[in-house]
Amino acid sequence: MGLFVLRRLGVMLLTAIALTFVVFYLTNLPPNLEKLARTEGSVRMTDEAVADWIVKNGHSGSVFLRYGQWLGVVPGWTYTDEKGQSRGRCFQIGEDAAAAPRFCGILQGNWGYSTFFKSPVAASLGEKLAATGWLMLAVMLVMVPTSLLLGVLSGMREGSATDRTLSTFSIATTATPEYVSGVILVALFATASTGISPLLASYGLIEPNKTLFLASATSAMDDITFWNFTLPVMTIALYGIGYIARMTRASMTEVMTQQYIRTARLKGVTFRNVVLKHALRNALIAPFTVIMLQFPWLLNGVVIVESLFNYKGFGWTLVQAASNNDIPLLLACSVVAVVVVLLTQLISDIGYVFLNPRIRLA
Amino acid sequence: MDQLTWTGTAGTLLLPLLQIALLALALGLVAKLLFVLAGLDGPRLPSADGTIAARSPGDFASLGIRYSFFAAVAAIFFMLAAGAVMPSPVEAGILGAMAVRFWPVWAALAATFVLSLRFRRRLGLYGKLFDSTVGMIGFAIVMFWVFTAIFADVIVTHDAFAQLSGLKNKPPGIAAPDSAYGWYLLGGDHLARDVFSRMVMGAREVLKIAPAATLFAFMVGITLGLPAGYFGGRLDTVISFLANLVLAFPVILLFYLLVTPEIRNTGIPVVLAALLFIFPIIFLTVLFNSRFYTDPTKRNIYVGLTLLIGLWAYSGLAFNRDPLGIWSMQPNMLNVFVSVVFVNSPGVFRIVRGLVMDIKARDYVAAGQTRGEGPWYIMLWEILPNARGPLIVDFCLRIGYTTILLGTLGFFGLGVSPDSPDWGSTIDDGRKLLNLFPHPAVTPALALMSLVLGLNLLADGLREESLKD
Repeated sequence: MGLFVLRRLGVMLLTAIALTFVVFYLTNLPPNLEKLARTEGSVRMTDEAVADWIVKNGHSGSVFLRYGQWLGVVPGWTYTDEKGQSRGRCFQIGEDAAAAPRFCGILQGNWGYSTFFKSPVAASLGEKLAATGWLMLAVMLVMVPTSLLLGVLSGMREGSATDRTLSTFSIATTATPEYVSGVILVALFATASTGISPLLASYGLIEPNKTLFLASATSAMDDITFWNFTLPVMTIALYGIGYIARMTRASMTEVMTQQYIRTARLKGVTFRNVVLKHALRNALIAPFTVIMLQFPWLLNGVVIVESLFNYKGFGWTLVQAASNNDIPLLLACSVVAVVVVLLTQLISDIGYVFLNPRIRLA
Repeated sequence: MDQLTWTGTAGTLLLPLLQIALLALALGLVAKLLFVLAGLDGPRLPSADGTIAARSPGDFASLGIRYSFFAAVAAIFFMLAAGAVMPSPVEAGILGAMAVRFWPVWAALAATFVLSLRFRRRLGLYGKLFDSTVGMIGFAIVMFWVFTAIFADVIVTHDAFAQLSGLKNKPPGIAAPDSAYGWYLLGGDHLARDVFSRMVMGAREVLKIAPAATLFAFMVGITLGLPAGYFGGRLDTVISFLANLVLAFPVILLFYLLVTPEIRNTGIPVVLAALLFIFPIIFLTVLFNSRFYTDPTKRNIYVGLTLLIGLWAYSGLAFNRDPLGIWSMQPNMLNVFVSVVFVNSPGVFRIVRGLVMDIKARDYVAAGQTRGEGPWYIMLWEILPNARGPLIVDFCLRIGYTTILLGTLGFFGLGVSPDSPDWGSTIDDGRKLLNLFPHPAVTPALALMSLVLGLNLLADGLREESLKD
């Protein structure tokens, strides 16, 4: 077991390094750097001035060395211009170059300076991550119980009308990507002209010209309420609900055909007890893995939903960083994403071994 | 000219009927759920004297659900049918008028179904699909969109790019006096274009890329997955590591990195295209070579033709250097295509690898090895045909997934031209004014949802039928 975890950790580290290098390479392509030079310097710079800016700001040289600097295993660049003024990765202009640390990459906790937020990356990203954390928490609280309930209900009697109805519902939700369900939910619940809000208003259940839910989650940044948070959460959760429910259903139907379930039934145990005490625990092993592996997809959902509902969290930041060519911020976002994905993979692997005693690792 | 109503003349009678049916359906579903949770649902068991006991409350709820569902479907059907026989869109209503516009699709669908049902016993897995209701519904939805894409030029009421003044953000059914058709069936969008025509043309955009990209991803996945699963060892370790690398990338981040105007200047899409587009040629060459190895004339013809056509297309598609100028791809289209193939291939690879590892332990593979068959013959002509069931199912699911991915790209405005009618970017255009005018965004959203749903149902039906073998 220990060896297994160690080996997994080794592969994970290798994967993380490879992935961050790919991101680093793709964000630091020459056209991106030229664009950066023009936004940081001036739009009307000549090509020579752009090349000069790139050299002066440490974006020249081998991409491997620059990656090493960003990571913090290669000494940071320094540049002394003809006036004798030196600048470098690890110190501001005017500070003493000799007193600055030699290494300053993400390993030393230096995430760089965001050109979009005009502030250090670590601080601004931390705040956004907290906002997304709340969103994720709410999604998980809605998604996991609902999907498990639906899956177990449809899986306990395979082929029944309940099963077929719930399965159709699950297929329909998995066929609906977030940008589609978001739009439909807003049109149904959050516009004053269509959907059910005008209907409810005419019955006097809600105030006139108000909507049942709010189509923008910006106000949820400060204060999360049922009114402004329901739609984003439901939009992300819906997609996952169908998927996890289908996996749970498959696992549940398989367990229900096992010999020990038949034995329990023949012994005279009530159906309810068979489901709750004999079947459920074994049926929930597979969905656990699925739920963990759902995180990477949730990341996608978060990006779409945060742009759609204008909720300024991690996904919104990623979009802004990518469209504004904010290299340090985009790199930090990808590190977060990669770490989340790899960690959930590891947890799902280890958890699977713990939950399923039939699997032994030498 | 007046504004159209949704259902026209027939609606005055049928609309209340539909409302009642839908209300009953909703009540039935809620009641059923409650009964199931309360344990009042169950099979009818014989009572002590041998007669069949009374129906349980859950059974009654099921009956209610069934009949109200049929009533609702019938009401909708008659609304569409009534629209089709009415002389003008005013009496037909929006739904009826749309049903009329889709007439080539209905004709083609009817022909497909009549022929398929007639000859289904001779059509293998495709014919068996018609034994499953779910599969048939899915197939019908998918073919609806396929035929819509094919006949889009006949179906559209207006040019998808034409702007008519005064029709900006107007609701569905608005009269368009300046045009030949006379109405905007589903209203106008934020640039006063016809939402209905754009939705129809969008089907063509989506179905042009999604199946082809999925096919390429399958070629790549199969060509790499077969040897990885069959030989195992270091080759497997290396390819699996690379595949996991791509799979660990959040898709949107990858798209933001790979589909940008800047990256097109660096030539990375062309390199990726050169890498990915060579796989279909390798696959087909090896396929024919291993089969006709013993018959050199035949082998030379097949392999020669494959190489000739393949490399010709390759030079045009990947490098845009086709000497005859027939094969070519727009740079941004190539960028989107390559990225989607790149994202999909590792998933296919994993499935193929797993299937091969399972199948290679079978007796017929051992028999083939004993007969002295080469490894590639065994992989391509013994293992691959036996793995076709799960692969076909995954193909359907993956087209749906690719459609979603393409929509995501459009939604973030990556790699598409700004006025492209594809569904993803139309949703993106419409969402800015979603609070005030939902119809421009909801129309493509429903279209995309129904296509993916159809593909998922089709995959479900295929899985069910292929498991029966």
